[in-house]
Amino acid sequence: MIWQLDIIVLSMVMICAIAAISIRDLLGAGILFGAYSFLMCLLWSIMGAVDVAFTEASVGAGVSTVFFVAAVFRTTRRTRD
Amino acid sequence: MKLLATIVIFVWGGILFFTSFDFPYWGDGKSPASQHVSPYYIEHAMEDTSVPNIVTAVLADYRGYDTLFETAVIFSAGLACFFLLRVSDRKAPVFRLYRHQSTGVTLRIEKGGRLPENTGEFERIDSVWVPYDLIIVMTCRLVVPFIQLFALYVIVHGHHSPGGGFQGGVIFGAAIILFAISNNLRRSLKRMSERTSALLGSLGVTIYGGTGMLCILLGAGFLNYNALASLPGVDPLTARSLGILIVEIGVGIAVTAVMVWIYYNLSSAGKQDEGL
Repeated sequence: MIWQLDIIVLSMVMICAIAAISIRDLLGAGILFGAYSFLMCLLWSIMGAVDVAFTEASVGAGVSTVFFVAAVFRTTRRTRD
Repeated sequence: MKLLATIVIFVWGGILFFTSFDFPYWGDGKSPASQHVSPYYIEHAMEDTSVPNIVTAVLADYRGYDTLFETAVIFSAGLACFFLLRVSDRKAPVFRLYRHQSTGVTLRIEKGGRLPENTGEFERIDSVWVPYDLIIVMTCRLVVPFIQLFALYVIVHGHHSPGGGFQGGVIFGAAIILFAISNNLRRSLKRMSERTSALLGSLGVTIYGGTGMLCILLGAGFLNYNALASLPGVDPLTARSLGILIVEIGVGIAVTAVMVWIYYNLSSAGKQDEGL
């Protein structure tokens, strides 16, 4: 485990998380959740948990992003708050 | 109200943050989990189950109950989406659009109007229709079989490498979702209908639970795959490995079907008529 790499990925995870809850565009929030999941996947694989990283990549970054996009497509793209 | 919510979040977040200092360090050999539980798995997984990937052995054998109920949770997520979103077919859209294949003329047929005969001359299109891009359709058609093959590899090779039922099932479901996105929802529903996905989802959970019941019938505890050794043609050394394989296949089927089912209901807002 290279700690510099760890710090970089961890700070990007935090940036993605804060951006995903503060952005007004819901489609953008969905995409940011996908990026967040992918960075979490990198973090798991840095820690050596390859199975968890694989699940995170396929479920978090893959299918759930599709579900978010589908839900935004059928509802609204802008939030009221 | 918003201020109150912010204060509550910061107070509880702060408590969580400070308790996290009491956690054992990452990879700490002296933490309780590394002293009792993990060494047993690391030392005995290979001789107990003859599965090299310890994660798979723990997931599907030592902690089989967890995985059984995880599969049940995923299936009930699909059911919840179905019950929340699905509306009956009678609530059809106010109008339907049909496109004449050779000339590109689009017919708009109001509710109650006569629909064109199904001769292949007219094609039903979505109300927000983008012309099919040849590159996208052909690329997806080429890629989908390879994604499905990879998904099957991930399911059956979970004993030796990272992977297993959940990941493989999600990848297989993603391949079908990719087909539904690149073509349209009706074409995908023709290949794999809603009824099929619901039945396959429950079949997957049944395979898992049925393996456990089979172990009871053969005279051992629930999900104790050692009992499978009394079946003819099963090597006692690899009985638990075989049990893990059956269970992973069940999980894969259930997860595939449920992912596709959720996608159908989400992308069409429950009408299963016009998709993404």
